[in-house]
Amino acid sequence: MLLNLYRSLRSYRGFILGSVQREFQARYRNSLFGALWTVLNPLSMIVVYTVIFSQVMRARLPGVEDGLAYSVYLCAGLLTWGLFSELTLRSQSMFLENANLLKKISFPRICLPVIVLLNAGINFAIILGLFLGFLLITGRLPGLALLALIPLLLLQVLFCTGLGMILGVLNVFFRDVAQFFGIFLQFWFWLTPIVYPISILPESIQRLLALNPLTALMHSYQNLFLYDQWPQWSSLTPMLVISLLFCGMGLRLFRQRVGEMVDEL
Amino acid sequence: MGHIRVSGLGKAYKQYPNRWSRLFEWMIPFSRPRHHLHWVLQGVDFEIEPGQAVGIVGVNGAGKSTLLKMITGTTQPTCGEIHLRGRVAALLELGMGFHPDFTGRQNAVMAGQLLGMQVEEIEALMAEIEAFAEIGEAIDHPVRTYSSGMQMRLAFSVATARRPDILIVDEALSVGDAYFQHKSFERIRSFRRAGTTLLIVSHDRSAIQSICDTAILLEQGRVAMHGKPEEVMDYYNAMLAEREGQTVRQEMLANGQVRTISGTGEAGILSVHLRDERERSIEMAEVGQPVVLEVQVEVRQDIERLVLGFMIKDRLGQPMYGINTHRLDQALTDLSAGEKITFRFAFTMGLGKGNYSVALSLSRLDSHLDRNFEWRDYGLVFHVINNRQEDFVGCSWLQARTSIVRSPSQSTQSMPQRAAP
Repeated sequence: MLLNLYRSLRSYRGFILGSVQREFQARYRNSLFGALWTVLNPLSMIVVYTVIFSQVMRARLPGVEDGLAYSVYLCAGLLTWGLFSELTLRSQSMFLENANLLKKISFPRICLPVIVLLNAGINFAIILGLFLGFLLITGRLPGLALLALIPLLLLQVLFCTGLGMILGVLNVFFRDVAQFFGIFLQFWFWLTPIVYPISILPESIQRLLALNPLTALMHSYQNLFLYDQWPQWSSLTPMLVISLLFCGMGLRLFRQRVGEMVDEL
Repeated sequence: MGHIRVSGLGKAYKQYPNRWSRLFEWMIPFSRPRHHLHWVLQGVDFEIEPGQAVGIVGVNGAGKSTLLKMITGTTQPTCGEIHLRGRVAALLELGMGFHPDFTGRQNAVMAGQLLGMQVEEIEALMAEIEAFAEIGEAIDHPVRTYSSGMQMRLAFSVATARRPDILIVDEALSVGDAYFQHKSFERIRSFRRAGTTLLIVSHDRSAIQSICDTAILLEQGRVAMHGKPEEVMDYYNAMLAEREGQTVRQEMLANGQVRTISGTGEAGILSVHLRDERERSIEMAEVGQPVVLEVQVEVRQDIERLVLGFMIKDRLGQPMYGINTHRLDQALTDLSAGEKITFRFAFTMGLGKGNYSVALSLSRLDSHLDRNFEWRDYGLVFHVINNRQEDFVGCSWLQARTSIVRSPSQSTQSMPQRAAP
């Protein structure tokens, strides 16, 4: 089954790569500043949060007296959250957006999630590159622990792909899914320690937030970028299990419903 | 290569009574199905050997497009199987997936990729694609500046850049100007000569008959007939004519044309036939063929004078030829109830190829406005094809006889030549 998926992806690599390239071009074709906007969006968010939280609200990270530290903390969470939300939101609408294509042309449907993944990957790579550059200039670039970024990102992508696939298929049949997930994502963002450190919360709520699989992941990112610490791998096991579960469910749902989906679009 | 086998194929769409029932069906384990199936295609079996050309005909909603979509793989069948051997190309929705902001060239690459080609392959074919599409410099302009015809040309050129083993063509092909239509049809013909299996959906009788080996008639999702194109098309047309006749009758009533209908019943048309030399009833005539239009009329009440008129109209409803027995000095007088009259109009089929219908009128005088016993549109629908005469264009066969005189230049001393057909 997976081999078949791989084969169809391989034979349509031209289409996949072409679509990624075109989407990237299409996004910036008629804009003057082009790729700059990809950067300006999260940058403005970071500035807003940094100003409000670290300056106005005088938030300081426990044990760090440096004003810039909060910005690094924020970036570690916010940028990876950006990848998370882009992946899930795009996956959720990918079948609807390509309804015409799906209805009229026969091609391996599995290409669509791959295209979404690659597009989000490119956007994230640009931002991550700039962030690393910023860390280098300010002398905060983590050491070898930076290597942990690779498994962490892979885990996150796995999680998003599974979740996105489930949402994408469901959204074809129940359009409420998109509405619901939009709201859900808002809550999810604030229930994940991204803008604030988890330590500022009362003990009981901290335990509640630990149920959120993204808490451990974000914690790992933040420790990595801020303190140059390797992640505690065991804390990520629940997320890995959930990710695999999502992927299994997503793939199963996709295979079961892919035929019916075209009738519904 | 190019083999198609379809067995027990069926397609049904799920219909749920309301929006919640799907959710319940999904969520509640082992629950009874809450949908009912709406079958659009059922029990379709056929086999197409490599190199064959098969036409699929049927009225709108008979399931033609669904069948093609399942064969191309965009829609999955509910039951049954499709076996395909060979590379399939489909000309179903030309220009699908064109991005308006990209140039024709970029879109051609993209469309090729969607067909599973690699960039190098497409680039190798690009010169040929450009040449066939004949859109000139526009190939490097954004597609949003294209006319729909230009998009069509480009899309067709990309889709047929490589000769497929199986080519599936929908009526969509009839868009574009006549020149390109002809050109694209010629390309399809050349594929066929080279061994491509062809599956065509069309309403164009001449297209089906000139290119296909067999035809399949779909009616309400089932194969109603599978056989020689002529037989299938005759059956199909009879089916259509029946339908058309009915609708026209309904329309006439709905129009509230009380004035024209008031006289009816005094005389009525029993049957209309077009007959060939051997008195066989035909629906298709050759240009130049001697034919007879035979009309049987029944007189139901005593009438003093009866005129039968007929008018042949082309598919756009323009009159081609009309005459009546008054103008032919053949009006009948003093008819009594129960009388049956057979009118026969013999003529040579002087019309060009196409579809024609015959309208008939029974009246007292020259015009049916005075007393109209019966007026009937689409009394008969027939086709004219041209396999015997010179390949002329237009709707009138004028039998031009040709003579050509060549004047030799001063140096040669030959006699002027004459040529006659």
